[in-house]
Amino acid sequence: MGLGSASDPAIELVGIDKKFGAVHANKNINLTVAKGSIHGIIGENGAGKSTLMSILYGFYQADQGEIRISGRPATIRDSQAAIASGIGMVHQHFMLVENFTVLENVMLGAEGGQLLAKGTSSVRKELKRLEDDYGMEVDPDAVVEELPVGTQQRVEILKALYRGAEILILDEPTGVLTPPEADHLFKVLRVLRDQGKTIILITHKLREIMAITDTVSVMRRGEMVATRKTAETTVEELAELMVGRRVLLRVEKGDAAPGNVLLSVRNLTVKDSRGVVMVDDVSFDVRAGEIVGIAGVAGNGQSELLEAIAGIRKPSAGEVWIDGKPAAGIDPRRLRELGLAHIPEDRHHMGLVLKFEEYENAILGYHRDQRFGRGPMLDLDAIRKEAEEKIAKYDIRPPNSRLRTANFSGGNQQKIVVAREIERDPKLLLIGQPTRGVDIGAIEFIHKRIIDMRDAGKAVLLVSVELDEVRSLSDRILVMFAGKVVGEKSGDANEQALGLMMAGIAA
Amino acid sequence: MSTTSVQLPGWINYGVIPLINLMLALFFSGLVVWAIGENPFEALQLLVAGALGRGEGIGFTLFYTTSFIFTGLSVAVAIHAGLFNIGSEGQAYLGGLGAALVALSLDRYVPWYVTMPFAVIGAALFGAACAAIPAWLQAKRGSHIVITTIMFNFITSSLMNYVLVHLLIVPGKMAPETRTFLPGGQLPKLDWLIALFGGKLGAAPLNVSFLIALVMCFLVWVLIWRTKLGYEMRTLGISPSAAGYAGIPYAKIVMIAMLISGGLAGMMALNPVMGASGRLQIEFVGGAGFVGIAVSLMGRNHPAGIVLSALLFGILYQGGAELSFDMPSITRDMIVVIQGLVILFAGALEYMLRPAIVRLYQQVGGGK
Ligand SMILES: Nc1ncnc2c1ncn2[C@@H]1O[C@H](COP(=O)(O)OP(=O)(O)OP(=O)(O)O)[C@@H](O)[C@H]1O
Ligand SMILES: [Mg+2]
Repeated sequence: MGLGSASDPAIELVGIDKKFGAVHANKNINLTVAKGSIHGIIGENGAGKSTLMSILYGFYQADQGEIRISGRPATIRDSQAAIASGIGMVHQHFMLVENFTVLENVMLGAEGGQLLAKGTSSVRKELKRLEDDYGMEVDPDAVVEELPVGTQQRVEILKALYRGAEILILDEPTGVLTPPEADHLFKVLRVLRDQGKTIILITHKLREIMAITDTVSVMRRGEMVATRKTAETTVEELAELMVGRRVLLRVEKGDAAPGNVLLSVRNLTVKDSRGVVMVDDVSFDVRAGEIVGIAGVAGNGQSELLEAIAGIRKPSAGEVWIDGKPAAGIDPRRLRELGLAHIPEDRHHMGLVLKFEEYENAILGYHRDQRFGRGPMLDLDAIRKEAEEKIAKYDIRPPNSRLRTANFSGGNQQKIVVAREIERDPKLLLIGQPTRGVDIGAIEFIHKRIIDMRDAGKAVLLVSVELDEVRSLSDRILVMFAGKVVGEKSGDANEQALGLMMAGIAA
Repeated sequence: MSTTSVQLPGWINYGVIPLINLMLALFFSGLVVWAIGENPFEALQLLVAGALGRGEGIGFTLFYTTSFIFTGLSVAVAIHAGLFNIGSEGQAYLGGLGAALVALSLDRYVPWYVTMPFAVIGAALFGAACAAIPAWLQAKRGSHIVITTIMFNFITSSLMNYVLVHLLIVPGKMAPETRTFLPGGQLPKLDWLIALFGGKLGAAPLNVSFLIALVMCFLVWVLIWRTKLGYEMRTLGISPSAAGYAGIPYAKIVMIAMLISGGLAGMMALNPVMGASGRLQIEFVGGAGFVGIAVSLMGRNHPAGIVLSALLFGILYQGGAELSFDMPSITRDMIVVIQGLVILFAGALEYMLRPAIVRLYQQVGGGK
């Protein structure tokens, strides 16, 4: 099922070419997407996937090439034109008005007349119908910023469907989702396909490609290198097509040799801005030479815990000791001096200043170092030189320290942060979502760096919504539920047992 | 989204776009002039000739430019830290008190070049003081800087009225102003600079503070793009959450940025007070603080751009004065309308043309 009438293409891209200055983001791309199918697109960071989709959605204009929709040539000059041609997009970063309700967001730009009231009631009806048809439950009167990410994404999809999208583009939709949320998304996508919609899905997770797509295309360095029927390929083949070499899909690590305690957390309690207790009386230690993972369904206090240890959030009670020195409620700069490094969960919000050039971000948080300039001055030559060394070592593409950070692809942005924090050679490394949006080749590399850190006698505290990642990297796993640490398991713990603990069922 | 994220080369961003904006402003100003029955080309010619035609005109133009550079820099420094300082007007006003106190106390004893550094410091300190309370309220209490700096413009104005009318006025005189400073408290005119180009400064008040303004441009550039403090200000200005992550102290940076901003505004007073009239007069700032907002916006908050846009506004001020003299039907108010059009096109409507230019640029091949 699902392939529909494969002869009937929804989209044809013919000879699409796009350059950004010296970067050749798309090279003569040909792609045919069958109507009523789910078509996956995979490729390394910076391979040009988002660019290609942005061309299809009218964000960028191709330098050359043709777009055909249902067989007819189409000129898509902007997103309005894309919507008019029945193309909807769910962005890597949501484009919702956070303090509007779901209903208001769906209506936005399609209000239907000067008087809102008339529009509101008809949108409400239509929204209800869409929700029923596709099994997407959303409270139309909920304010968007108060919804979990998975639900916000549903709002994005509803927005597109409300505008009559027949073709839906999803760019790394599961990067921010918890596994149950991702499962729910896939359920919705299958229903959409079975009702004749066409879906293009970009993801770095080959498991998802195998689970849900009908066809998969592989991009490498701006080129479309292969298209396969999903049923006729394997994860190994796809990985090799993407990276151009064999990829280690498993993490290889020896036994941990834990030393003395480098991070000690005692009775830590953290409240959010509304006064709700997010971390509730948590205590644990992380020793030199071990990786401690924190597993838990997103929103159970892991983010707040990490931010409190990193000095971004003030704990309301409890103690933190780093290498024997008191560290609770201390500002991030002094924590860095104590030997802490922090890869934040949200790179756009915290880890990077997107408007800065790459080299400026390469010193964020360490800009007061004497190496980067004596006294009050910045030594730009020294900074750029170091930035370029990291670019080479971490294979950040394009290798240009003067490019605006916003113009790097998502995965390469992540590598900028990872390189900055790991290359500091800290005593204690806090990591939130180390490989969000990162391709499998780079995941392999980053995982290896993390394990190197451990083997060099550093303490690593890891938070990730990827249970697989937590399991394969951690020597010990703490499970958080509703702000409390509800249990501890060894690194090779059984997935089911962990899942039950994460759901707060078995302790 | 598609067009705002595109990086345009500097010569388009800082050259072509402002130039087109300026042309549009001139075009619409021309329409206005035409509508009241005057010849726009003749008016333009009179304006340019008045501002740049003779040494004296140039002297006046650069005199105004000097004031606008100071207030433009003041606004720009605050903007880089994400703060919209509307209070340059009041900060400059209070700066005048600082400069005048130094001049009044030293002018009998020492030559001008000894007085000058103290006057610079005095003006900056008083300007900074005027910014300090709004800065503190923003940093510690979260009161919006826009509101508090506007309020401080009024407070300063009343305070200066009081000081001039009751404390510094020369006994027996009518005008609320200090005594005229002796030469030791005045900044010399720059006759030689105009003479260098074969002109005569005449009565124009262009003075040494023009050179101080240029030095400040360079120092501000160094501060913003070459120092750790400037890096922290820019980080905070663009992304407060990234600044929090990086351990950049919010309250401290807000305070420092506003004090520097206020200090620069305060220095503006050197120009009219010690350079032109040689005494502290009531309302001597005359709106230069507000023009600074437009100057900074139009100059893309970059010192080089600020010099250029300050020059443009200097030309408009001086040329406009000459124009309303030569063409009586073009009143002072008309000149204000024309200045308003320039601000509208150069500052506020900057994003109107940008998308089209980006598209053109991509098609013509720059994007390839
Ligand atoms: N506006 C831009 N200006 C300059 N270069 C750009 C711009 N947008 C993208 N690029 C470059 O084009 C290349 C392709 O980027 P794209 O975002 O399409 O990659 P991607 O395949 O989506 O990667 P990821 O998996 O990391 O999201 C990258 O090298 C990127 O740096
Ligand atoms: Mg992408």
